[in-house]
Amino acid sequence: MNSALLVAVILTAIIMVAGALAIAALIAPSSFNLQKGEPYECGIPTRGTSWMQFKVGYYLFAILFLMFDVEAVFLFPWAVIVKDLGIIGLVNVLFFVFILILGLAYAWRKGALEWK
Amino acid sequence: MFDFKIVTDWIDQTLRSYLPDFGVLVIELILVGIALLAAYAVFAIILIWFERKICAWFQCRLGPNRVGGRWGLLQTVADTIKILVKELIPINHIDKFLFYLAPFIVILGSMLSFGALPFGKGLHAIDFNIGVFYFIAVSSLGVLGVLLAGWSSNNKFSMIGAMRSGAQMVSYELSIGLSLLTMVIFAGTMQVSQLVNQQADMWFIFKGHIPAFIAFVIYLIAGHAETSRGPFDLPEAESELTAGYHTEYSGIQFGFYYLAEYLNMFIIAAIATTIFLGGWQPFHIPGWDGFNQVMDYIPTPLWFIGKTFFCIFLSLWVRWTFPRLRIDQLLRLEWKYLLPLNLLNILLMALVVISGWHF
Repeated sequence: MNSALLVAVILTAIIMVAGALAIAALIAPSSFNLQKGEPYECGIPTRGTSWMQFKVGYYLFAILFLMFDVEAVFLFPWAVIVKDLGIIGLVNVLFFVFILILGLAYAWRKGALEWK
Repeated sequence: MFDFKIVTDWIDQTLRSYLPDFGVLVIELILVGIALLAAYAVFAIILIWFERKICAWFQCRLGPNRVGGRWGLLQTVADTIKILVKELIPINHIDKFLFYLAPFIVILGSMLSFGALPFGKGLHAIDFNIGVFYFIAVSSLGVLGVLLAGWSSNNKFSMIGAMRSGAQMVSYELSIGLSLLTMVIFAGTMQVSQLVNQQADMWFIFKGHIPAFIAFVIYLIAGHAETSRGPFDLPEAESELTAGYHTEYSGIQFGFYYLAEYLNMFIIAAIATTIFLGGWQPFHIPGWDGFNQVMDYIPTPLWFIGKTFFCIFLSLWVRWTFPRLRIDQLLRLEWKYLLPLNLLNILLMALVVISGWHF
């Protein structure tokens, strides 16, 4: 039942967006004008392409996020049975988290968390 | 407490007497879809009105007061109709496929979380046994939509806005995930219905005392940043980037982003309600039986929506009080303060649970 509901919700979202777009296409006015299609920047034509090289700082945070997000994925199964595993499980998980914290400390020390 | 399962079971049995099994399933799924769609649209309209009114009061203004009586109740309905008749402007040199795909992904991300919320006793659509994990998983879909929107628009403002948004949303997603993890440690389950049932005698924020409260505060801050509003609205900082990643969208396509933004605010508050403030459970004090019975008379959806709007009010309060952060301050807050604090809090919560220091 849950999987069927999931499909129903996905279809609901798609139908909602498609339906609203269809209604808008029917009742909204439309006119073509080359000037109107210019990117909204400063009133003068854009210089160069917008698909360009970008500041590397954003990617650094994405990589750090990847590391800690995968950590969270591994912690969830442990989180459900903390009571059963007791202190032994906690020590084992702490060992795992400690290695990751070393990674964060390394990134911190190297200045990856500073925005330059 | 009125159990809405009576109503859904009655619909189920009535349909079963007329139709074969498969037909019943299809009709029920359509009914669920219509109900979700209606709730989605109504909540969005109420929320936009609520925000405009609250914002006006914070700034000593009146807010909408013309359309729909003294309180401007129909203002957002009128705005919805107006945005539908606005022209969808075709932009030159965009990546067409991604440009039109992005609103679908943004709406899909918020609709998937919306479908899994427990609105009341028996009013709960999707209920996976990995519910909390499911919330975290589908809420990251929104980032994809935002990044695609910025990339495909062929506009430098959009690009910068999308990149900022990507860095901000993935960073604060960590804090959301880890603070929810803290509560999963406490509850010992990830299923949303079980989480709510466990809070029948007392809400988790009282049960789990110090670590639960720290997790709640971290969740509120991170959730607020996740919806990119208030002091964290760098992705669409209007004085620097015109409108950020949705600059090039017009008419109802812009409306989807607006809708998803408000619904994400609702979903963040609703998840806070479900995990920390007891979901649809009434406020109970152990031992005060008369008081508890009076509280039980208030319908469960009203409890859920009331608590959710309280969390939304906190979020609006922050939004209209603090000035915008710079991006280095934003990332420093997450990576140097919230993340280490969160990891320590998980350790504290694990110790509390293992040694049984909670109520």
